[in-house]
Amino acid sequence: MVRVDGSGGSNSLIGVRGLDKTYHRGGGEIRVLQGLNLDVDKSDFVAFMGPSGSGKTTLLNLLGGLDVPTRGNITVAGDEITHMSGHKLTEWRARHVGFVFQMYNLIPVLTAFQNVELPLLLTKLSKAQRRNHVETALGVVGLADRMSHYPRQLSGGQEQRVAIARAIVADPTFLLCDEPTGDLDRQSADEIMALIERLVREYGKTVLMVTHDPVVARRAGTTLHLEKGVLVESAEPERVAAGGRHEI
Amino acid sequence: MKFRRLIFANLFRKKIRLLLTIGSFAVALFLFSFLAVVRDAFSRGADIASADRLFVINRTSIINPIPLSYRDKMLRIPGVKMVTHDNWFGGVYQDEKNFFPQFVVDPENQRQVFPELIVSDEEWANFLKDRQGAIVGVRTAERFGWKIGDRIPLKATIWGAGNWEFNIDGFYHGKRPQDDETQFWMQWDFFQEHVPDALKGQVGWYIVRVDSPDDAVRVAKNIDAEFANSPFETKTETESAFAASWVKQFGNIRFLILSIGTVVFFTLLLVTGNTMAISVRERTAELAVFKAIGYSDRKVLFFVLAESLAIAIVGGLLGLLLAGLAIPVLANALNGMLPQLVLAPSVFALGFMTALAVGLASGLLPGLGAMRLQIVNALRRI
Repeated sequence: MVRVDGSGGSNSLIGVRGLDKTYHRGGGEIRVLQGLNLDVDKSDFVAFMGPSGSGKTTLLNLLGGLDVPTRGNITVAGDEITHMSGHKLTEWRARHVGFVFQMYNLIPVLTAFQNVELPLLLTKLSKAQRRNHVETALGVVGLADRMSHYPRQLSGGQEQRVAIARAIVADPTFLLCDEPTGDLDRQSADEIMALIERLVREYGKTVLMVTHDPVVARRAGTTLHLEKGVLVESAEPERVAAGGRHEI
Repeated sequence: MKFRRLIFANLFRKKIRLLLTIGSFAVALFLFSFLAVVRDAFSRGADIASADRLFVINRTSIINPIPLSYRDKMLRIPGVKMVTHDNWFGGVYQDEKNFFPQFVVDPENQRQVFPELIVSDEEWANFLKDRQGAIVGVRTAERFGWKIGDRIPLKATIWGAGNWEFNIDGFYHGKRPQDDETQFWMQWDFFQEHVPDALKGQVGWYIVRVDSPDDAVRVAKNIDAEFANSPFETKTETESAFAASWVKQFGNIRFLILSIGTVVFFTLLLVTGNTMAISVRERTAELAVFKAIGYSDRKVLFFVLAESLAIAIVGGLLGLLLAGLAIPVLANALNGMLPQLVLAPSVFALGFMTALAVGLASGLLPGLGAMRLQIVNALRRI
């Protein structure tokens, strides 16, 4: 269950309290997030919407330990990540977070297999165990027959599937998807969303996703709208998207 | 090493750039090795000098002679074990470009004072019996295709005029690869018969063997003291000091070579550093992804350094291999104008270490940049 009022207990998988993020630009301050609260349970599928510059990606970066908040704290599976050192945070990301980016961000000189294997190279798994994990992950995303293909030999949808396989191969605590369908046509976008839904439904994955697309957002269990630096639960993504730009 | 495939995949990302960078390394290392070999060739005399040998020359200059009568006086100085003498002949064989060093030697003591230059007993015996005999270093013999029994004319340039003819009675070779195998030895007695009267009984320099290397400095002082205030004052040095001062006559070879070597080194550093910087800049987003999925800053630095080191190792070894193949050819083409050029293991090791140092240095700045990359900023650039 997803809550944005700070009422979630310590049982939440992800707990965010009083999160502030301020950027300093051109001598002025831009306060992107203001005292934001969020609780996400295991196997929740949350979509974040909001106009450009509303801080969706900033929130995702903070949840993924890629950036540090100005104030507040984030707890994931009992780990308070906001005060971790850079090195600890790197290790934490490797163990707990799977990233899916809008532009796939595969390594062009590596095959699909090798791209998916990348997170496992940081573990102590043997070569055979790594192979087994990679084959399973590529099987889940339906690309078992494309293992030796390079990214340039795959379609956009297939590349994003490989990126999802890379995100899930080390069995992270949760997935962070930043506009996962933003660079895809409608059919490919539907396929990717069906895959993400399946990861939540069949494999119990927790997914936090940023999207501009109300059709995509509707696939999530909960859609949250970033408004003036705080999260608001929205029942109708279409209305939010059609409602124009919300300046912070 | 599980990251090997990743490192190699990145290396071969831009094949032409990789080949050109490896090529720059190879050419630079070839040049570096060649310079080091030339420097070694000039300093080899000092390096291989025997610790128990002293060279005694005229205090005014090596071209001024010293009387033969000094030999017996030297032998009486405590610590002196053996004395021999040489004269520079300076003849021309057919053409001036066919240069090789020719020495008038004292057959009685030559082999004892220079035990590292080997002549068979049989050939030496033939030499002693033949006043017009000559012993030739194997490199010079190979160069001109000489064999035992050949009659060799040398045109005198210092000691009168006309051709002097010699019979080749044998060959010598060095015990060590660095030993000079280009000399031509002729007999003192034959020389004495043909030089003008005014020059008879005068030697170019003496070579003294001492009982113990520990006594070398004391004996040298005593020799010079013995002949102080005489018409032919002497200057006695250890063989290594003598060889070093001989090389100085050619100018500051060491400085020249060091200067060129430094320019080569820094040019290579800039070329490779630039290549690595471009390579890293092109991959900013990928490096950010690596860091996002859990690769530490140190691992990112390691990847960049591993790439630059791999280029350095391959390019360096290629350059050294080229040097190994080309230096003997160049040495032959130089026709003995330079001391023997040998790519010694120490030069090879120095070249390889230089390649590694350049590889490390050229990857360090881009690597540190990659290490400090802010993931959020880098991903925003995509």
